Amino acid sequence: MVKVEFLGPIGKKPIEIEAKTLKEVAEILNKDEETKKWLAECAVAVNDKLVSSLDVELRDGDRVSLLPPVCGG
Amino acid sequence: MSLEFLEIYEGPLDVDLIFSRWRKWGEDKNYGAFITFVGTVREEDSIEGLSFDLYEPILTDWFAGWSQRASKEGAVVRMAHSFGDVPLHRSSYMAAVFSPKRAVALRIIEEFVEDFKANAPIWKYDIKKGKRVYASDRSHKIEGAGILDIERGSR
Repeated sequence: MVKVEFLGPIGKKPIEIEAKTLKEVAEILNKDEETKKWLAECAVAVNDKLVSSLDVELRDGDRVSLLPPVCGG
Repeated sequence: MSLEFLEIYEGPLDVDLIFSRWRKWGEDKNYGAFITFVGTVREEDSIEGLSFDLYEPILTDWFAGWSQRASKEGAVVRMAHSFGDVPLHRSSYMAAVFSPKRAVALRIIEEFVEDFKANAPIWKYDIKKGKRVYASDRSHKIEGAGILDIERGSR
């Protein structure tokens, strides 16, 4: 299982899903209408490292985090 | 990087205390230039204050990258930020650069604060009638955002 976390204003509790790659995570998240509207806006981290491609293999226990647009200060 | 250079506080920053501690540190380390930026919550658009969420693991990585970048030029960056609510006219953000001479510090503080605005994993909310409202119109997508949006082909 892979844990997906929705940070900041997304306001959704973490979910656990079966996925072997980040692309599979993307496919699952695109099926959820509430989550889907955030996807174009969000950066993605796997185990707290930002990634720039969906070609990432995932292992059991990995964490995928969605980071919506930021505004510190 | 020394992790003590990234400080996170719940609620408003005690600017005077942090400033004087940083100044003393810079004096002891013989830095000739100490440039600060302090962000204060302004009264506008009927807000009662601002509120913040932050994600510490990635914030720490982002800050570590900047520490390394600054150290290559003989400089040190320090930063303090709030999470939770910060009322009007109090401060949520302080940044500082120390360097032997002013030119490097003046340049780095601008680059550092701009990159902070663009990429540090911190989310801002207006407080209106006691509720948090995500400041989406002032927020910026982090570099590389949108890869999960496979239907729009944004890979």
